[in-house]
Amino acid sequence: MREGEFVTLLGPSGCGKSTLLKMVAGLVQPSAGRVLLWGQPLQAASRVPRPLSFVFQDATLMPWATVLANVRLPLDLAGVPRAEADTRVRRGLASVGLARFADALPRELSGGMQMRVSIARGLVTEPTLLLMDEPFGALDEITRNRLDADLLALWKSRGLTVLFVTHSIHEAVFLSTRVLVMAARPGRIVEDVAIDEPYPRGPDFRVSTAFSQHARRLQDILLQASGDVDGEALS
Amino acid sequence: MSPRAQQVLWPALLACVLLGLWQGLVVMLDVPAYLVPSPWRVAQVLVSDAAMLFGALAVTLKITLLAFACATLLGVAVAFAFVQSRLLEAALFPYAVLLQVTPIVAIAPLIIIWVRDPTASLVICATLVALFPIIANTTLGLRSVDAGLLSYFQLQRATRWQTLLRLRIPSALPYFFGGLRISSGLALIGAVVAEFVAGTGGTGSGLAYQILQAGYQLNIPRMFAALALITVTGVLLFALMAGLSRWALGSWHESEARAE
Repeated sequence: MREGEFVTLLGPSGCGKSTLLKMVAGLVQPSAGRVLLWGQPLQAASRVPRPLSFVFQDATLMPWATVLANVRLPLDLAGVPRAEADTRVRRGLASVGLARFADALPRELSGGMQMRVSIARGLVTEPTLLLMDEPFGALDEITRNRLDADLLALWKSRGLTVLFVTHSIHEAVFLSTRVLVMAARPGRIVEDVAIDEPYPRGPDFRVSTAFSQHARRLQDILLQASGDVDGEALS
Repeated sequence: MSPRAQQVLWPALLACVLLGLWQGLVVMLDVPAYLVPSPWRVAQVLVSDAAMLFGALAVTLKITLLAFACATLLGVAVAFAFVQSRLLEAALFPYAVLLQVTPIVAIAPLIIIWVRDPTASLVICATLVALFPIIANTTLGLRSVDAGLLSYFQLQRATRWQTLLRLRIPSALPYFFGGLRISSGLALIGAVVAEFVAGTGGTGSGLAYQILQAGYQLNIPRMFAALALITVTGVLLFALMAGLSRWALGSWHESEARAE
């Protein structure tokens, strides 16, 4: 994976895409082989504070804390002084369009807004690598498309490198510079597909011929890899 | 009408109806006061014997509150110890259960013999009764941390202390308050039971002692008055804990949040 890329791991449930992501984050130990991060084995790389953030499937916010306190959490844990942290948090909230909700509690927000808070929390530490585990999987399609577009804007403006897990072909095509297609039993990467389309990608791109061709190609690879026509697993 | 007002109004209305029925039956059937006194008669005794009864209430209440405070402090301390060390929990938890299932009436005489100071012995008895829900609930609470949030804390390289302070304790609060609610009532029950045991030895002067004395003298109205005081105290304690819980958890926890 190169810097500045937006790489998506695409595959059916149970192919190990989330596990792979968690290995990169150091949450799961690989049973064999090594994970290299910034050219070093993970163990060595983890000794320095890693400019890496993880956004989970759920928003995983603290229900008792305000949006502001939730986003400030990683800075608090790292011992960043309160005043500096607060300014960074306010900037972070503004960048996901939630500046007005700093004092709200998570339960007062919609699912999409909670996910935005989670992303703001991921970005407030100014990571260079953002790991995202099906972050919009639980949202309705309209909200998901909006957040996808917003995510691309953040990726561009911040110069992030993103490793994104999804089981949606359309989401993979829309977002990625590169899609790693995975298959289950045994979990493996079957193909590395570049999506050579220019950014910024707007709503028009979603209905373009190029988009459908990429989607078609990914679908074919997935079908071939799974051996049988298992439509449900591809969703 | 607000739901909160309804919560008070309907039980109060029912109480009025039942008391009226009771009063009416006692008067109509001419039941003697030494069998079943009328509510009015009980109220009269509450006023005429106020000094004695409320003095006794103060004694019982003091024991209850001391025991409740001890149970809370001790219970929380034990729960923290359990969460820090599985070994400690495995070793000690069966004994916490043992303490819970042993009837306090059976061990109260021993404690009263061993501990000279009457107040201290009563407080120990009541503490033993009130302790278990705090230990069990707080331990459960400290363990019931959202798995995703725990991974997040791990990922951010949070120290054990940070995780405890910022994640485990806030997560445990709803359970802890549930424990407080149960224990407040149990502390009162424990205090009264211990007084019953001790009262026959002539050391007590709390409400249970008054009930015993009134029983010997067949002063049934006073017995009812003392009983009413105990009950009202229990209800008030429960309401106080419920209020405290609502205040502390307020807007964030499902159990206290208003339906929208």
